[in-house]
Amino acid sequence: MNLAEKSTKQLPSPANIPDAWFTWKEKDKAEMQSVSRPSLSYWMDAWRRLAKNKLAMTGLIFLVILTIFAIVGPILSPYDVNKQDLPNQYQPPSKAHWFGTDNAGRDVFTRTWYGARISLFVGFMAALIDFTIGIVYGGIAGYKGGRTDNIMMRIIEVLYGLPYLLVVILLLVVLGPSLTTIIIALTVTGWVGMARIVRGQVLQIKNYEFVLASRSFGAKTSRIIRKNLLPNTMGPIIIQMTLTVPSAIFAEAFLSFLGLGIQAPFASWGVMANDSLGAILSGHWWTLFFPAFFISFTMFAFNVLGDGLQDALDPKLRK
Amino acid sequence: MLRYILKRLLIMLVTLWIIVTLTFILMVTIPGSPFNSERGTNEVVQANLEAHYNLDETYIVQYFLYLKSIVTLDFGPSIKQPSQTVNDMLMRGFPISFELGIITIIVAVLSGVTLGIFAALKHNQIIDYLAMGFAVLGISIPNFVLATLLIQQLAVNIELFPVARWLSPAHMILPITALATGPMAIIARLTRSTMLEVLTQDYIKMARAKGLSPWKIVIKHALKNALMPVVTIMGTLLAGILTGTFVIEKIFAVPGMGKYFVESINQRDYPVIMGTTVFYSAFLIIMLFLVDIAYGLLDPRIKLHKKGGK
Amino acid sequence: MEKLLEVNDLHVTFSTYGGTVKAVRGVDFEIHQGETLAIVGESGCGKSVTANAIMKLIPDPPGKITKGTITFKNKALTSLSEKQMRSVRGVDISMIFQDPMTALNPTLTIGTQLIEGVREHQKLSAGQAKAKALEMLQLVGIPNPIERLKQYPHQFSGGMRQRIVIAMALICEPELLIADEPTTALDVTIQAQILELFEKIQAATKVAIILITHDLGVVAKIADRIAVMYAGKIIEVGSKREIFYQAQHPYTKGLLNSVPRLDVKGEKLKPIDGSPPDLFSPPQGCPFTARCPLAMEVCDKVYPNTTDKSKSHKVNCWMQDKRAQQLLKLTAIK
Repeated sequence: MNLAEKSTKQLPSPANIPDAWFTWKEKDKAEMQSVSRPSLSYWMDAWRRLAKNKLAMTGLIFLVILTIFAIVGPILSPYDVNKQDLPNQYQPPSKAHWFGTDNAGRDVFTRTWYGARISLFVGFMAALIDFTIGIVYGGIAGYKGGRTDNIMMRIIEVLYGLPYLLVVILLLVVLGPSLTTIIIALTVTGWVGMARIVRGQVLQIKNYEFVLASRSFGAKTSRIIRKNLLPNTMGPIIIQMTLTVPSAIFAEAFLSFLGLGIQAPFASWGVMANDSLGAILSGHWWTLFFPAFFISFTMFAFNVLGDGLQDALDPKLRK
Repeated sequence: MLRYILKRLLIMLVTLWIIVTLTFILMVTIPGSPFNSERGTNEVVQANLEAHYNLDETYIVQYFLYLKSIVTLDFGPSIKQPSQTVNDMLMRGFPISFELGIITIIVAVLSGVTLGIFAALKHNQIIDYLAMGFAVLGISIPNFVLATLLIQQLAVNIELFPVARWLSPAHMILPITALATGPMAIIARLTRSTMLEVLTQDYIKMARAKGLSPWKIVIKHALKNALMPVVTIMGTLLAGILTGTFVIEKIFAVPGMGKYFVESINQRDYPVIMGTTVFYSAFLIIMLFLVDIAYGLLDPRIKLHKKGGK
Repeated sequence: MEKLLEVNDLHVTFSTYGGTVKAVRGVDFEIHQGETLAIVGESGCGKSVTANAIMKLIPDPPGKITKGTITFKNKALTSLSEKQMRSVRGVDISMIFQDPMTALNPTLTIGTQLIEGVREHQKLSAGQAKAKALEMLQLVGIPNPIERLKQYPHQFSGGMRQRIVIAMALICEPELLIADEPTTALDVTIQAQILELFEKIQAATKVAIILITHDLGVVAKIADRIAVMYAGKIIEVGSKREIFYQAQHPYTKGLLNSVPRLDVKGEKLKPIDGSPPDLFSPPQGCPFTARCPLAMEVCDKVYPNTTDKSKSHKVNCWMQDKRAQQLLKLTAIK
């Protein structure tokens, strides 16, 4: 700002302008029509805003690292996940066992990365299935409209009233706990929220289509879809997905903690936390600390990333 | 308004019916359930079950008799503890769980709303950042992790509070803290964001243009509007707190319904699982209904909406 | 007529994600008792920001009055504290907003919202305040005021709501009313009614009105004087007659040409090409240069001085310079 003011002062004051400046200015039409603000593409702009959000980026980086470790961590470790080694029970963290050992002498480091696999898998699968069902159901309701929409929405309203975790518990009691049944149970009622959002977005798209048709934009349609429609409609869906993942991860841990989670030979963070409940009182803090830390930090990472995306993708906030 | 209530009531009844029917269908299909022949239970239990579930009738008749018993709030006998009925357990356990839940929700709402308002009023200042940092942590740390952390730090290490059980106010502090932190964090974040949105509304600007003091503007114009979304998520929060009591009661050995429920899950005591699920679902669904009504009363606009709001 | 409000060299900036927006860049004007001044311009030209700055209602952060003074009856508003400013708002100066649908709190009765202003500033009993509210509702033409007081905003139509907002603004008998696009959100027939209401109120209370609008039709109806704003500056100001019939600035002429007129037959509407400049980095010269049909080299480089065409008519344009007039003549000969 100061620079601009200075440069103004170096120019002649309005009183002594050289006569030569009083000539018509050459100008081309393009300059007149050009919008002065540089127009970034929506996704570029959203990414720029997200990248500025330090907390969200911390979350994102953590999740990337976690994913890498979930894949390679168990391979790096010389220990087997379920190999019991009772003489080495409750070893504190050391060079041999970075995160110590648990009540059966199993290596906590190895088990933590196995847990990461389970948690991330459950989280992403739940989000993906919710998304798929939500798109189909919400898409049909929104697209068909009228009575179909009315009936489908009443069904959603009824399902929405069902207590989510109670239904999940009931299903798991009946189906028997396993990785597949947990994912099934989590998605049986979990898709409702996504379907609601998709329907709302589809209704919005329909309005856009109406506008498009009536103004007959012609060749520019694809551009408008890309520039206006997708950003406006995908934003809420992406945000909903980033929020489904942590809630599924929490639900898995919660169910494992109740004894309804993943069964041996798998090890999930919830199972580990449940196993080490007694150990914490006897001072073997590491058995609980590592799974607890990773559950919490993963939830944290998804939450801040979700918040960051919300700020970055919400066109209402753009100025 | 009447139409709105009737519509909500209808949805509530359908939801209730679905959960009752669902439990029946699930129980009929699994081995070891009271409806299934492969029970391997002793004779006393056998007699109890046959009497309650009318096992010599067809499934259809069983279903209607089951519906009738639910409507009359008779949840049947337990398999594993023959001397007890599910009703006995509910009578003993539910008041304690209710006490835990109700104190938790009061603590969560009061502290969450206060935190959210302060964060919004001090937007982008240090209080805002601290409050929201705290809230994100509160949302991220699962209640069972927080509970064990609290026990280890405050009960075992420095012996400030009793480790477990439900005898005095001192026993209540840790379980309630562990259970209330998550909902409090959610309420705080929601209050903050709606408060921030409300504060940019024209009617707030109008109130400022009238020369009202900031304090009056917040109390009179912003607060009620900012709290409406909080009312709408109360149902979800209640459900979360209620399921949260299962793990909290397990960890702190609180003799509430949650503890019986977890035990019944581990022992596959199906009538108890069924009874508790139905009872808790009904409780939650009715709460959800009341929350909807409360929302309708709070927002004068809903009265006129022919379709009953959103 | 006595001078009521004087604005001098007002600068307002907003800090945003993309940088600092210089929304108002040196605005001067004054308004006298009982007159109506219209501030006209395209959206984003800074007219609403100017209005909010007078009330000191600019959200800070991100907004800030960086320079200039605002004086109301020898009181420098710019140096008042927030607390002192509160006794000015609603009492000396009132403001109404564009959208009556959102300017009223949906959860409070209009009675409550009407009365809270008087009760804040005047020591009135609840009964007296209510009587005052009824009187105001009658003034703005709301039928059945006694029952209406107990109703909520959603029970009123848009036009009725705007009447209520006007009643709210006038209840403490301010000397200046700032109306920010008061008719933009309303139907055309309702617009006319609201404008008539302004005239009626002005006759009854002698309140001065600053009317912020982009609609020259509104201006033609009730303004005494008109200030034309462009890219954060007032580029021309004059009496209604001077602006409508002797407009000097090419932008003012462009604005007038882009409005349908009944008194000139067979003339085509000519929209102004292009869009206003980016206020993140406003041009150092005349901001209209890029869109101006009479742009010269000088326009880009230096902002023109104010030329007084008459006692009330002022314009900032290089076309007022003798050399520009010569250039114009030369071109005409060719």
